[in-house]
Amino acid sequence: MRLTQGSAGARILAFGGYQPARVVTNDEIAKTVETSDEWIRSRVGIASRRIAGPDETVADMAVAAGGKALAASGLSPGDIDLVIVATCTPEAQIPNTAAQVARRLGISAPGAYDMNAACAGFCYALANASDAVRTGTAANVLVIGAEKLSQWIDWTDRSTCIIFADGAGAVVVAPVDDPAEAGIGPVVWGSAGDMADKIFIKDRNSFIFQEGQAVFRWATTALHPVAKQACERAGVDPTELVAFVPHQANLRIVEAIARKLGAPQARVADDIVTAGNTSSASIPLALSRMLERGEIPSGAPVLLLGFGAGICYAGQVITVP
Amino acid sequence: MAMTDQEILEGLGEIIDEVAGVPADQVTPEKTFVDDLDIDSLSMVEIAVAAQDKFGVEIPDDQLKDLKTVQDVIDYVRRSAVSA
Repeated sequence: MRLTQGSAGARILAFGGYQPARVVTNDEIAKTVETSDEWIRSRVGIASRRIAGPDETVADMAVAAGGKALAASGLSPGDIDLVIVATCTPEAQIPNTAAQVARRLGISAPGAYDMNAACAGFCYALANASDAVRTGTAANVLVIGAEKLSQWIDWTDRSTCIIFADGAGAVVVAPVDDPAEAGIGPVVWGSAGDMADKIFIKDRNSFIFQEGQAVFRWATTALHPVAKQACERAGVDPTELVAFVPHQANLRIVEAIARKLGAPQARVADDIVTAGNTSSASIPLALSRMLERGEIPSGAPVLLLGFGAGICYAGQVITVP
Repeated sequence: MAMTDQEILEGLGEIIDEVAGVPADQVTPEKTFVDDLDIDSLSMVEIAVAAQDKFGVEIPDDQLKDLKTVQDVIDYVRRSAVSA
């Protein structure tokens, strides 16, 4: 049997982010549930979030972010032969989101699948994309994290409606010939299925539920070793990191992990302040916005860390173009 | 080797200073976490986690909610350390 010829490594060519137009402030939420701007800012770190329009779909947001990443990559749609959409909030069980998104972006007949690792989804999908390029099963991959969590929120439940939001982020992954140019490090991933009941949506008629305190305890104790291991596998010391972009779950979780990671030079993503928790979209969205502001130097190590329902988690070191 | 209340209090003061930015000298046994020290439920979780590292005593979430004052935590740590 003949096998595919792979490449020496993979790197991210370009980023793209999309946020819905509608800004929902804490004060607006405080009109319908008993909470306050001060309470939300101090507990989760969010000042405002974006919520999709009633007719705006996960696919719409994925197309917007994916289109930006594709345009910025310099590749044409025909160069992409695999599209992965990380999402836990697709409108339908079937068909998947990825195939429609590919068609709308003019990408002809690529491999296309959705993947659900909840808030860890982007890091899982990025690892899949990197491996596909390295093994030669794909030439170039479009990876998108897109979520419309607002349609799964009980707007009378103040433990969740203050947190979750909508958005999308995307990257284009391409091969490199020289391993020294590789820009996606080895993934460290895992799961804790014994904690499946800590964050869930029971069925299609239910809303998202989260046992916040248990998740907080887990996230602030179990994740910094994963973050350190991802650095170690990439041969990067945490002190060398120029940025740390964890899933934007809660600013206090982000800060606690950052403190325990020990990366004094790293700019720590705080995109949650104006984006809310957008699950699989949060990491690429935060990255694309940090890049737009010129906050991440090209070629320097950046640590990504996704974690959420399942429980699933994954982290890897990358470099940005 | 049993810890004295004073040793636990000092350790707790260091933890609360680090987690919540409350100076250790303000952490006295009669103080309540929520009303006197302005410490919220998430900070309490961080304090419990740090206490586990420092004292080797696990404080689960369902026990944590009953610990209202600094003395409550001191008692809990002393009791659990003895039974461990």
